[in-house]
Amino acid sequence: MMFIDPHAHMISRTTDDYQAMAASGVVAVIEPSFWIGQPRTFVGSYIDYLSSIIGFERFRAGQFGIRHYCTVGLNSKEANNQALAEGVMEILPRFALKEGVVAIGEIGYDEQTDLEDKYFRLQLELAKELDLPVMIHTPHRDKKRGTTRSMDVCEEHGMDPSKIIVDHNNEETVQEVLDRGYWAAFSIYPSTKMGNERMVEILAQYGADRIMVDSACDWGISEPLGVAKTAKLALQRGIPKEHVIKVCYQNALDAYGQSGQMHEDDWLNPAPIDQRTVYEGNSILRGGRDPLVEDATAAPPNKLNADKLIIK
Amino acid sequence: MNRSRTPQSLLSQWLHDRLPADQWDWLQQTLVTCAKSNTDRELYIALGMAPRKLGKADLALSDAELSDAQAAYAGWTPSDWSIDGAARLLVLLMLAEQNQADFDTTLRSLCATADVSESIVYYRGMALFPHSAELDEQLGEGLRTNMSAVFEAIAHNNPYPQEHFDDHRWNHMILKALFVDSRLYPIQGLDQRANPELAQILCHYAHERWAANRPVTPELWRCVGPHATPIMLADLQRASQSKDPLEHQGAMLALSQCPLPEATKYITAFPDTAEAIANGTLTWDALTYRLNSTTQ
Repeated sequence: MMFIDPHAHMISRTTDDYQAMAASGVVAVIEPSFWIGQPRTFVGSYIDYLSSIIGFERFRAGQFGIRHYCTVGLNSKEANNQALAEGVMEILPRFALKEGVVAIGEIGYDEQTDLEDKYFRLQLELAKELDLPVMIHTPHRDKKRGTTRSMDVCEEHGMDPSKIIVDHNNEETVQEVLDRGYWAAFSIYPSTKMGNERMVEILAQYGADRIMVDSACDWGISEPLGVAKTAKLALQRGIPKEHVIKVCYQNALDAYGQSGQMHEDDWLNPAPIDQRTVYEGNSILRGGRDPLVEDATAAPPNKLNADKLIIK
Repeated sequence: MNRSRTPQSLLSQWLHDRLPADQWDWLQQTLVTCAKSNTDRELYIALGMAPRKLGKADLALSDAELSDAQAAYAGWTPSDWSIDGAARLLVLLMLAEQNQADFDTTLRSLCATADVSESIVYYRGMALFPHSAELDEQLGEGLRTNMSAVFEAIAHNNPYPQEHFDDHRWNHMILKALFVDSRLYPIQGLDQRANPELAQILCHYAHERWAANRPVTPELWRCVGPHATPIMLADLQRASQSKDPLEHQGAMLALSQCPLPEATKYITAFPDTAEAIANGTLTWDALTYRLNSTTQ
């Protein structure tokens, strides 16, 4: 089975992770621009960060047969540094049209301050101008009201819900997000956002339409095999295969493919010129070459615990 | 045949011949907008929109068009260029013509935030821009890349290094090509720019590889033969005794290009290969062909 991880901060991950992800069936990842764990203090740091995720990180992923896409945006925490935020808003148009940029994101609220609100709105306008989808980060704290507010603001700006992915959902937010016509993404992130047993319950209850699963793996204790493990667990627990394919592959492709920057052919039929540039081809799909690793359970290193299926 | 056309006019002609009317109109409009604009915003949008509006198909030039390219600028080899790349370069050549001083700053800034395909276009086109110390510095930056495709945009099929690199930068480009498993034969001026310092560096590199039980690419010896010292001859002899037929042939070709009289004695030790070199069936081109067909 092929998987897409539509939210993975690969810039914080090792080559072991890439290798394990490729072995588990991940063919494409989307890397949202985000908070790097401590505040950036100059717009220059932002420029170099965005350059990395459109450049070197894509090359790194390609070496493992994984296609790499990204989203660009000013995250909600750093929206509170007004000088930085102004600088970032000025340079964003320069990055939003780069190859493989599939959305403006992840944007939204953290503490729901006035500055967060201001730059969220400005970025929605930019997405509208450039006709790009939007990836919304819903807040960790006061999540339910923050999620509702994010959608209210989108509608105030005349955004089309079918081009907006609301991420980091849980049992409390999913109903409203789906009812209002948005895509609902779930981050299988240990201990905080969502575990995969809970996720399977949600799939059993809500079906697979407009739902997608991601790992949100980053510099914290997180799980790059989140999508693959959730798929396996869902199948074991009786979720129909076509639903698993939708939430772990097809819906992400349909939602972010609206950017015109992400096509199934990118990994199924890469142009020869691409193989000469950033993409080495996926041994799982392409045969003809020795596989990078036999399967997820054999993937080094063992600390990734590919056998340990449950993510709590 | 009159072949006095500029790269800019050729790019424009090739795109005109290939693009549907609406895409060609977009490109013309974009060139006008960029020429008139006082800020870089229009330029960023034009370069970002080029693949979206025009697609990324191969330019697929005919042999006649490729020889036009060579006539317009010696060494210019756009054989695997793409439509969007050609359009991006056309925009930049127009700006360079308009105002060279500003252009250097603009291009450096574009390179600093380029994605991979943009980097490839800018570096491949570098020889066609008016030469300046600024651009030369940017080329040095590009050579430090970890992305092999970007490195090869500079090193392969590009007249810039041969024309403008000093020996130090040249030698390090060759050495880096070996380190990142890039081929040497697509480097323009490979034989002309060989030098004693490079021969020394490459022999040291071969010793490192041997010490680690790693193979040495036969292409390496191509830059050693003409400048080999008596000590380096021993390395060539060792490589000529390799069980790997291609390594053997590479070393033998290098020996045949070595002016030292002792080289002859190592060549005659392998009469069959010596004969193949003498009658022209074994050349660097033939070896390259064999190398490509065994490893690609």
